Amino acid sequence: MLAHLLGVLFDGLAYGMLLFVLSVGLSVTMGLMGFVNLAHSAFAMLGGYLSVTLTQRLGVPFLATLPLAFVGIAALSTLFERLLYRRLYHAGELDQVLLTIGLVLMAVASCAFLWGTQQQQVDPPPYLFGYFSPFGIDLGFYRLFLVGVGAVIALGLVFGLERTRFGAKVRAAVDNQRMARGLGIDVNGVFALTFAVGSGLAGLGGALAINMVGLDPNFATKYLVFVLLVVSVGGLGSVGGTFAAAALLGISDVAGKYYLPEAGAFMIYAVMVALLLWRPAGLFGRR
Amino acid sequence: MRIWASRLLGGLALAAIAGPASLTAARAADTIKVGLVAEFSGPFANAAREMDNGIKLYMKQHGDTVAGKKIEIIRRDIGGPAPDVAKRLAQELVVRDNVDFLAGFVVTPNALAVADVATQAKKPTVIMNAATSIITTKSPYFVRVSFTLPQVTAPLAVWAAKNGVKQVYTMVTDYGPGIDAENAFKKAFEANGGTVVGSVRMPLSSPEFSAYAQKVKDLNPQAVFVFVPSNDQPAQLMKTFAERGLTTSTIKIIATGDVTDDAVLEQEGDAALGLITSHHYSYAHDSALNKAFVAAYAKEYGDFRPDFVAVGGYDGMAAIYAVVKKLKGKIDGDKAMAAFKGLKIESPRGPIMIDPETRDVIQTVYLRKVERQNGKLVNAEFDKVENVKDPGK
Amino acid sequence: MAAPAPTAIDPRRALAEPLRWQWGETVFWLALLLPFVLAPTYLALASQIAIAALFALSLDLILGYAGVISLGHAAFFGIGAYFAALLAQRWGWQEPFSGLVLSGVAAAVVGYLASFLIVRVSRLALLMVTLGLGVLLGEAANHLTSITGGNDGLHEIDVWPLLGRFTFDLYGRTAFLYTLGVLFLMFLGARRIVQSPFGLSLRGLRENAERMPSLGVPSRRRIRTIYTIAAFYAGVAGALLTQTTQSVALDVLSFQRSAEVLIMLVLGGTGRLYGGIVGAMLFLVARDQLATMNPQYWLFWIGALLIAVVLFVPGGIMGGVKALRARVGLRP
Repeated sequence: MLAHLLGVLFDGLAYGMLLFVLSVGLSVTMGLMGFVNLAHSAFAMLGGYLSVTLTQRLGVPFLATLPLAFVGIAALSTLFERLLYRRLYHAGELDQVLLTIGLVLMAVASCAFLWGTQQQQVDPPPYLFGYFSPFGIDLGFYRLFLVGVGAVIALGLVFGLERTRFGAKVRAAVDNQRMARGLGIDVNGVFALTFAVGSGLAGLGGALAINMVGLDPNFATKYLVFVLLVVSVGGLGSVGGTFAAAALLGISDVAGKYYLPEAGAFMIYAVMVALLLWRPAGLFGRR
Repeated sequence: MRIWASRLLGGLALAAIAGPASLTAARAADTIKVGLVAEFSGPFANAAREMDNGIKLYMKQHGDTVAGKKIEIIRRDIGGPAPDVAKRLAQELVVRDNVDFLAGFVVTPNALAVADVATQAKKPTVIMNAATSIITTKSPYFVRVSFTLPQVTAPLAVWAAKNGVKQVYTMVTDYGPGIDAENAFKKAFEANGGTVVGSVRMPLSSPEFSAYAQKVKDLNPQAVFVFVPSNDQPAQLMKTFAERGLTTSTIKIIATGDVTDDAVLEQEGDAALGLITSHHYSYAHDSALNKAFVAAYAKEYGDFRPDFVAVGGYDGMAAIYAVVKKLKGKIDGDKAMAAFKGLKIESPRGPIMIDPETRDVIQTVYLRKVERQNGKLVNAEFDKVENVKDPGK
Repeated sequence: MAAPAPTAIDPRRALAEPLRWQWGETVFWLALLLPFVLAPTYLALASQIAIAALFALSLDLILGYAGVISLGHAAFFGIGAYFAALLAQRWGWQEPFSGLVLSGVAAAVVGYLASFLIVRVSRLALLMVTLGLGVLLGEAANHLTSITGGNDGLHEIDVWPLLGRFTFDLYGRTAFLYTLGVLFLMFLGARRIVQSPFGLSLRGLRENAERMPSLGVPSRRRIRTIYTIAAFYAGVAGALLTQTTQSVALDVLSFQRSAEVLIMLVLGGTGRLYGGIVGAMLFLVARDQLATMNPQYWLFWIGALLIAVVLFVPGGIMGGVKALRARVGLRP
């Protein structure tokens, strides 16, 4: 009984880690600049396709494609930021929503055109396949890997935010943008770099997701809703909040399907609404 | 106000005259138009593409002229499950483009919405994929060339019961075809002495199966029957099963062929080896026609394999061509339906016939096992049941 | 939407001016009848545009006039649509006009209840809460297969012929006049609402919600009222869709539909009542034409259109019209 529960918690945590890596970038950038970037999940999708192209066309081993996906999408997003996003920093949310939805649509159609509409796959190294069962709890290797990656990224981000000067600037700008500018912090530069890192993480998340939930041109629209859920529950601008929300939502989803299969996918949304009603600004949000 | 009213009346009068006239005026004498209504964008884009590939391949192989008339395909995109859009597109194809046939439909709600357009306009409508039983009962102008879930599920249940499987846990996706499959399996299985020890319905939306796989492992039934639709779910489900050692355990996994859809079989990898499924088409079907079909498909579309959806498009065109030939190019709704009834076609899947009573397809259902042949994963047929009708009716 | 710069206007003129029906508006509405004569094979599309226009209008009431951004407005559209289906098919009430009203009321009731949550959050959090509630409703509908027909939906939904005589025909003539008529009537109602003192107070709330109570305006109650009204409008639009297409399925509640109506409204221009109608026309006609030309990849061009509008015509089409009129010297 306990072994089952722990197994389910572990699976949920792993799914949650995937959601975390996919969403944390959006949480920080929305908290930092208030910019509604609905194209975030499209960056994740492109990261996935980049990983697929590298493994299938160039024979790059899967694990190596992960940092490459990060860097590649970070660079791509900087390009978009420079050309398009920058113009709308001071526009209203609606214009930002419209622009980024436009980008999502173009991304979906482009991926369908360039890579086709079928499912894509990657080949993780054989040692990530299968599972082992300490104390009767089934722990899949790929899921362990995901939990590991998620934890490392979370710790890295927290360290970066708490212990570095750049992190201090980010926190200052999230707390009070005007004051931060007044203190001479180059908020636009901070945002540009944060945006690049956040989008790069989305790209990394997209690559990690392939082996767990698959990849096709509809990835962007399918996961946009989940990413927004995680971000809204966690609270904008908070790494810890996103981590907690992602873990919570991932576990609710898996536990719900295991213990209450009639409720199905309902659980993740019900938990989200309940949390938002309790704390409308998110678990760790401030607005 | 008076001016407004008279303008309105004038407009109405004009339309009353202009309306019906446009219907007869534009009938081009030398083309037969087929309105292809499918979900070219959105979550079912891949299936629509396979269907379209099948259609284009047939037309390439057999030319685009039948009985002296040119066959023209007009493609319209529904964008996903959206009955209001499907109905509007069907209406427009009928009144604006004057199509002679309607065709397509990957998913059930879109097909159902078009029923009364087909009936009102008396347009023969060829269902090339949508697999819920009730569809063909909704309009006397519907004919189906693909399959229904009960049709391919029942033989599997019978085979399982006769081959030592006594207890089964069923896992299906929670929507029309899935529920059809679950009910059909249960009915046939219990009628042959088996017991369904439990069942679960999984949501269509998220392809995250760890909870369901874990449940199977914990319950440890003798066998599991699975149905999931063939876009992103089969690969993820099988991989999750394999990750937990379910595919190499003593639990026997049986499924409908959607789970080992030829288009996604390679992605499932070794996780799918040994899986026993039942379906109406396998890429590895051993017939001259199929080999030619597969080779021609590979030549046109490269690495992609044709799957049962492609065959649905291919045979749909074959049916249309046969009817056009029979009617010598003069298409009348009722005559066309009479021609469809009892129509026999030699398909890459094997022989098929349109049931004259239900206008649904009667075909051979094969039992297959996933094997590796020449380095590729295929569904190798090892048994068959001939002339299977849709038990759902 | 950035706050507009304050302009010097004579208050009395500004209040009295819009109430009068302008000649341009008469031309506009009469022109909407043209498809009946000029494009009789496009009437099915025209009906769906009218329905979308009504839906966009309902969103404008809360977004353009009260500043409530919602990514879950399709919830009310869907409630109206399913309620109309159940009325006609399950509960035997097949009179169409009253069916519309009852479905609108059903949606309004849910809207009223939801409005208590809506007023507690603002801006980005509001976006998320509305999104979440909308998705939750969609999942619930997916689950309650016995009521909603699940993924397959409900079909063969018949209502009595309109006014005892007009049935929904293959050309969509009846549907077109029906939807256009309902749109026009509800538009008149909306016009009345936004130009009343109530409507003005909403605009005040949009500009600066914190200050309004100091003017004696019960801000939360106002927002709840307009939210309920907007839910009614959206519910009627959904019911129209069910009645004219005789079908309903889960896509009426989807996030996609919420996103689309938001796009249509922003394309047309918020806060100008006609924005929703114009935006719906532009978006749906563009989509139809693009999808006909390129059934597989038309999303690309729609995306490009959206980006182009955001970058070059801020304020949407109506914003562009206003700028043009200012250029030419007409009154805004």
